[in-house]
Amino acid sequence: MNLEEAKAILTQAQADAEATLATADSLAAVDEVERTYIGKKSVVTSVNEAIKGFDSADRPEAGKAIGAYRAAVIGAIAARRDSLAVGEAAERIERERLDLTLGARGPERGHLHLITQVQRELEDVFVGLGFQVAEGPEVETDWYNFEALNFPPGHPARAMQDTLYVDLGEQEQVLLRTHTSPVQIRVMEQRTPPIYTIMPGRVYRRDTLDARHSPVFHQIEGLVVDEGITLGDLFGTIDAFTRAYFGPSITARFLPSFFPFTEPSAEFSVTCIFCEGSGCTVCSRTGWIELGGCGMVDPNVFRSVGYDPEQVSGFAFGFGMERMAQIRFGVDHVKAFFDDDIRFLRQF
Amino acid sequence: MRAPLSWIRDFTPLPDDVAAITDALNHLGLEVEGVEEPGAEINGVVVARVLEVHPHPDADKLRLVDIEFGVGETRVVCGAPNVAAGMLVAYAGSGATLPGGFMLEPRTIRGVVSDGMLCSTRELGLGDDHGGIMDLDAALEPGTDICEALGLDDAVFELSITPNRPDAMSIVGIARDLAAHFGLPFTPTPGAEFDAGDGAVPVEIVDAEGCPRFTARALSVRLGPAPDWMQRRLTLAGMRPISNVVDITNYVLLERGQPLHAFDRHRLPGGGLRVRRAGEGETIETLDGVERALTAADLLVCGTDDVPQAIAGVMGGAAAEVGDDTTEIVLEAAYFDPMTISRTSKRLGLRSESSARFERGIDPNGVLAGSDRAVELLVEHADARVLTGVVDAYPTPIVPPRVTVRTDRVNRILGTSLGTAEVVALLAPLGVECEADGPDATTAVVPTFRPDIEREIDLIEEVARRLGLDAIPRTLPSNPDHVGGLTAAQAQRRLVADALVGAGCSEAYTLSLLAEPLVAPFGYAAVDTVTLTNPLRAEESVLRPAVLPGLLGAVAFNAAQGNADVALFETGHVFRRPVDAVLQPDERDHVAITIAGTRAGRPHEADRPVDVYDAIRAVDAITDALRLADVRLEAAATPGLHAGRTAAVIVDGTVVGHVGEVDRDALAVHGLTGPVVAAELDLGALLGATRLARRYSPPSRFPASGVDLAFVLDDAVPAAAVLATLRTAAGDLLEDVRIFDVFRSEALGEGRRSVAFALRFRSPERTLTDAEVGEARTACIDAVTRAHAAELR
Repeated sequence: MNLEEAKAILTQAQADAEATLATADSLAAVDEVERTYIGKKSVVTSVNEAIKGFDSADRPEAGKAIGAYRAAVIGAIAARRDSLAVGEAAERIERERLDLTLGARGPERGHLHLITQVQRELEDVFVGLGFQVAEGPEVETDWYNFEALNFPPGHPARAMQDTLYVDLGEQEQVLLRTHTSPVQIRVMEQRTPPIYTIMPGRVYRRDTLDARHSPVFHQIEGLVVDEGITLGDLFGTIDAFTRAYFGPSITARFLPSFFPFTEPSAEFSVTCIFCEGSGCTVCSRTGWIELGGCGMVDPNVFRSVGYDPEQVSGFAFGFGMERMAQIRFGVDHVKAFFDDDIRFLRQF
Repeated sequence: MRAPLSWIRDFTPLPDDVAAITDALNHLGLEVEGVEEPGAEINGVVVARVLEVHPHPDADKLRLVDIEFGVGETRVVCGAPNVAAGMLVAYAGSGATLPGGFMLEPRTIRGVVSDGMLCSTRELGLGDDHGGIMDLDAALEPGTDICEALGLDDAVFELSITPNRPDAMSIVGIARDLAAHFGLPFTPTPGAEFDAGDGAVPVEIVDAEGCPRFTARALSVRLGPAPDWMQRRLTLAGMRPISNVVDITNYVLLERGQPLHAFDRHRLPGGGLRVRRAGEGETIETLDGVERALTAADLLVCGTDDVPQAIAGVMGGAAAEVGDDTTEIVLEAAYFDPMTISRTSKRLGLRSESSARFERGIDPNGVLAGSDRAVELLVEHADARVLTGVVDAYPTPIVPPRVTVRTDRVNRILGTSLGTAEVVALLAPLGVECEADGPDATTAVVPTFRPDIEREIDLIEEVARRLGLDAIPRTLPSNPDHVGGLTAAQAQRRLVADALVGAGCSEAYTLSLLAEPLVAPFGYAAVDTVTLTNPLRAEESVLRPAVLPGLLGAVAFNAAQGNADVALFETGHVFRRPVDAVLQPDERDHVAITIAGTRAGRPHEADRPVDVYDAIRAVDAITDALRLADVRLEAAATPGLHAGRTAAVIVDGTVVGHVGEVDRDALAVHGLTGPVVAAELDLGALLGATRLARRYSPPSRFPASGVDLAFVLDDAVPAAAVLATLRTAAGDLLEDVRIFDVFRSEALGEGRRSVAFALRFRSPERTLTDAEVGEARTACIDAVTRAHAAELR
């Protein structure tokens, strides 16, 4: 074998290798090409052996030819391997494909009741304003529900709230609380000012469950007692709450009213969240939506818990959570909150 | 309280702007619930006189009517049966508008042109009568605008008066507030003075506590209708005109807030009056024809013979009622104790315009003025002649209270910076006279028509009201030293609800009031439960002793809507009768869960009926969320749940509730057939239970060795007991053990099953040797076979 013959053998072998690779349809076939054309029994070995007999002047060129051959064939093998591997991976993916649009396995998540959601949102706003949260029993004594709150027996204001009584104690002594206000008394009894507390909870009235009434509903009430608290502080606090809860364009309006446990007393409304005050059917074209009542804690209430009204002053406010939810989410039927229709619960 | 604007204007010259007055009333705390303007939509309708009536050439039921309306004559086609020559009618000509925005134009009816129409009550929006056209008062002048003629150019404010403002239950009281607000003069016309007449009506107050003041006088009257303007005002104010005498007493009641009562003098035995408490069981037939049984708390106005003639301040009796044949009356005007009237009115369920005022407290010093005003009107409109001088029994006159108002206190409560003079100026128009009391205070003399004002704080409220709440600067409390937040229990209650939501349960709110048959299947007897004494309905008469009975109602409601497969939970208070002498019930916070119907597995797995293990998963969601340290289940029985499929949930060694399958009887009450699985736990107890320590221990870096063991167990042996044995026997190297298979077969035999456990051993310090693991395995097998008569499979 001389140099020319060696080069011809390599050229032929490269062409054969490339041709075989082109038809190799598996990684095993490519491995076979590698063994045949690069391995120990390949032309690489035989030409290398033959070079030893060449003129010393021809040896470098022969070496270069072998190098070129190896590079070309190894490159072609690698390229073929890559392309086959990609194909096989793609085939496996096809084989294992799933339809994910079938959706999840296992039970769906449930839903918190809308009133719970409203309560949490309100609590969080007031916690941000520095309030704590307090609770109390739903069955109360006349003292906590009425008398300590400056509703003397026989007072006409008692008739404002149709009360349900229970068969404990003396007649009409133990009752289902008609508002969350008895918790004010309990908080003041248990603690000393400063008090910044809200009191959410379930309350009861002697009403039939229908579109507008329920014997059971939920209120949230706020109480602040500290030195130097003013009516202006009450208005400012409700304003701050209103903006935080409904947004900066919503403000509060106050009109004089009457509650036995506050003096002065007021009703508060907020800018209609639907028309932003321009007047619509929701707000009966007034631009305002009435939310709740508020006022400065009556000195008689302070006296009933042993506070000195000359030392501390305070304010209280409260409103219904069903009403809040009705306004915000357009629930037109109070009964919907207590039917627990899963189609209602799922909406929130 | 319905207040016509024209009537208020008798006492103060208010502007025409109804919207501004509405706004003022609201800002005064006299909440406007509605404003009626009956004439607002009527335009161009005038009074007309019918000149002649001709038949219609082409229709039997129609007539051609010639009318004259002051400035002209015309002809209209009319179908009304009552149209007649000489009649005064309401004529709407071309261009007139009627309620509903309907505008008239000439139209041809059966070939005859009709120039407008004659109106019925309904067409003017004044009533429902459409049987014929309106037959107007013959005294009216043709051409007069109908709104003026009928007093329709008025506005009626429907006010919601809070119980502290008896004075605002009168036209005069409303006028006083409005005059103050607008800075207008306020002129409550005094009643006229009258000849004393001869003699007196004998009056005796037996109970001065119930009746601090009583006045009476006798008059001769001529019964008949009240004048139109008075009837109209009464109608606008919501009262039905009856006769001049009765209407005048009602008119004064509305105008002055002073209820009056007129007795027929000839039907009043002895002609005098006596005020006393009723005897227990005494009866009276009231004006409405109802026989009323009385108690010793009720106050009566009796005749001289002591026979009851009226329930004081509430309602008159039938016996001496003024009727068509009445010629002489005894006019009563009194001040009764508010509490007495309130109790009687409430107990009898009898509320009248009169009781509504007395129970809030009328002006004891305005009684005579009210009576005088009535006499003035009786003289004018009922041909009355005063027969006797007035008898005024007022043994202990009620004097206006004097209250010191500190200017500094006003500002400290309101957050204002008013001067004493400003405070005085704000109070004066309300009738509160202020006497100087140094530079920083004033002594307010509070008129007795404002019984709500007794204290300094009450006057501060009046200052705020007069100032306008919008004028109060809005500030925030200045003390920064208060930190907001939820208590641990409040935060964890949220966590529990969130965990259940994550476990697929939706939150329900059921009424806490139940029907007795719903709680009975759960074993609650009347001795355990708290019952309402005045329930509105039997369905809501028992306070729930547990949440589950009501929650099943929600399951049933959903099933009835075609949604049988629901997972619901509710947290809330439950009530049991207190032990010992405690007044209030044993009130706890519970959580209940119900999972009903089918658990959907599709499309990935098969659907299956819910079973108790679904309920346990929900319970675990709670106990895991709370990281409870010691929770176990133990077979148990409790009413309402399937005795073979119920476990007590034991936390820290104490039963905190049950989980299981709801029994058929409890389901049947709701018309459910099942399956429904449920749990009810004492949430308060869970929140108070021991938690897993939060302490770091490094995870082992050494490999674990697994050992699987299957035992054949008698059904009476709970799997939990075997788990406990394994944990003890396996020692410290046991990392985890769980049950991975349960099966039964004929080969195992009846009442036996195979339970397979997967144990995993691992040391924190080294790789375990086969010998160590083998030793532990043997110890486990020995312990279980010995303790539970089990066989290793």
